[in-house]
Amino acid sequence: MERGVITRPDLVVVADETLVPIPAAGVLQGLSERTVLLLGSAERRETWQDRLKVPGPVLALPVSAQSGDHGVLAQIGASCAGAAARLLGVIRRESLARALQEEIAKFGSAAVAANLECALAAFDAMAPHAGLVAASAEIGAGDYRAPEWVDLPLEEAAVAAPDIHGALTSELAITGTWRTHMPVIDYERCNRCSWICSTFCPDSAIKVAADHTPRIDLDHCKGCLVCVAVCPPHAIRAVPEREAAREHSR
Amino acid sequence: MNRVLLTGNGAAAWGARLAEADYIPSFPITPQTEIIETLERWCTDGEMDGTVVTLESEHSMITAAAAAAATGVRVFTATSSQGLMYGMEMIYTVAGWRAPFVLVNVSRALATPVTLEPDHTDVLGARDSGFLQIHCATCQEVLDSVLIAYRLGEDARVRLPAIVNEDGFYLSFTREPVELPDPDAVRRFLPPFRSRGIEFRASRPISQAVAVLGSAPYSYFRYEAHLAALAALPAYDEAAAAFASEFGRRWPAVEAYRAEDAEIVYFMIGSFATKAKDAVDRLREAGRKIGLVRPRLLRPYPEGALRQHLLGKRAVIVIDQNLSMGKGGVLYAELASALYGRPGAPLLVSFVGALGGRDITAEEFYEMAKVARQAADAGVAPEPRLLYTAGELRELRTLQAIAGAERRTIT
Repeated sequence: MERGVITRPDLVVVADETLVPIPAAGVLQGLSERTVLLLGSAERRETWQDRLKVPGPVLALPVSAQSGDHGVLAQIGASCAGAAARLLGVIRRESLARALQEEIAKFGSAAVAANLECALAAFDAMAPHAGLVAASAEIGAGDYRAPEWVDLPLEEAAVAAPDIHGALTSELAITGTWRTHMPVIDYERCNRCSWICSTFCPDSAIKVAADHTPRIDLDHCKGCLVCVAVCPPHAIRAVPEREAAREHSR
Repeated sequence: MNRVLLTGNGAAAWGARLAEADYIPSFPITPQTEIIETLERWCTDGEMDGTVVTLESEHSMITAAAAAAATGVRVFTATSSQGLMYGMEMIYTVAGWRAPFVLVNVSRALATPVTLEPDHTDVLGARDSGFLQIHCATCQEVLDSVLIAYRLGEDARVRLPAIVNEDGFYLSFTREPVELPDPDAVRRFLPPFRSRGIEFRASRPISQAVAVLGSAPYSYFRYEAHLAALAALPAYDEAAAAFASEFGRRWPAVEAYRAEDAEIVYFMIGSFATKAKDAVDRLREAGRKIGLVRPRLLRPYPEGALRQHLLGKRAVIVIDQNLSMGKGGVLYAELASALYGRPGAPLLVSFVGALGGRDITAEEFYEMAKVARQAADAGVAPEPRLLYTAGELRELRTLQAIAGAERRTIT
């Protein structure tokens, strides 16, 4: 069995739907009309099929890494494994349960029970699609598309040294989509210390205005919640992203 | 039989556990950290008797490993990439102490630019140090090679430290079915280290290889280490034979896959050799006489076995996942030196690829075979080629445009 990059996947499982629009994550790479795409998402498969226009079938698992429910979030891996097992069509329910028990045992019986429940529910939910994933044929050596190899030209060091001259390119990457929880400042409680949250923020995503009021740059806050932990008057709370989004839209 | 799903890192940790390593100096670095975390957990929980100690750098870690090995205990350690580089002064130094221990290196490409993905330039930086080197293609091989490496390094004829190499990510973080050897069988294969005079002790001072020597005695000690490394060739064959009879798995110094009647063979190390095997199968289906020759042992260099497998072939496709700046692929240059001037020496076709973990596709394997076939027909080796496509260059141009200044220069 060969190791390395899977260039032509038969099944792609995306536990966190927020990865889909990030080009560097490349989760849609190599999809063909036979590739099954399984997304952990509260949205319907039709929505995703329409949105992504991928050539193959799309399925949605009604759990999401963005869920505010910590319990469900912790078991997203188990849910995906359960669904994937059913989609492959060759893994029995008992085998899945046994494998999960072995895998999770070290975390205690409560974790085993919670993960089993999620995995088996996902396994059952995928019953209509059992065996949807099939192994594609290998590329034969007789008839293949030759790689378009190129000779790299020698270029002057000003071009060929790995420097970044463009200012503030990192600002263009909206890392705020990574958050599962949003820090929200209660300005009634904030004592305008003017430096603690902004100094501890590892992404420099908190700016303090001249009047000592901190503002969080939500385009770049990754939701690490260090600010929540360090704020002396406990003026910052963590709100599940989905809930926060609902509050915002109101 | 106990078959479990393990990452390459898990397999490496199991190797150390089954070898009953006494002392494990450690320092975290991606993608190796899981090895020491696993060992630390076992030692804390009492599942393993060894002691894990976190040092403040790889330089100290390798010093601590060798210092402990000099007391005659069994030592295991692990690092990767920049960590190996940071410890490099001591890698070269401690090999000369002639105190054996095992270091697992999880290959990851070197800066600059920075990447986390694998190639073999890091471990080849330790090539001339005196450490023996075993290169793995599967997770099972990682576990088994750790055991073999102890037996080899501790062999009275050898007494050198050994590196077992696995590819970052493609092995380190990939779970595969791995057979866990029975601990009693491991004790038969690898009895406790009989250190025979390696016994550095508190309150009994000796000086460990610190004398400053003139050229002639210096040459003597250096060449003795070289001879010891060469003695590891027959010692390796014996260890591999003993391993096969105890566990039923064969790990020859040089693996040959469908190579016997092959006219052309791929030549490479590491996990991507499994891709080459697949390409061999597909090309055989298409009627091509092709095979794979994979040295597992890189130090000592198994010259005799390589000549046996390769002399008489039409062409050898050497795939280097490393780059010696200003020269090219290291495996290519070394193989040329082993075959040059020998009757029946094959044409060598050099490819450099998979730098920084870049994939090598099936189509590229087929195309390399085609290039080699045409070269053999023409009797002339082509210029070495970097595996790099027009599409990749287009993507790079986009990055350069984003990076700023290049936008003006290139367009």
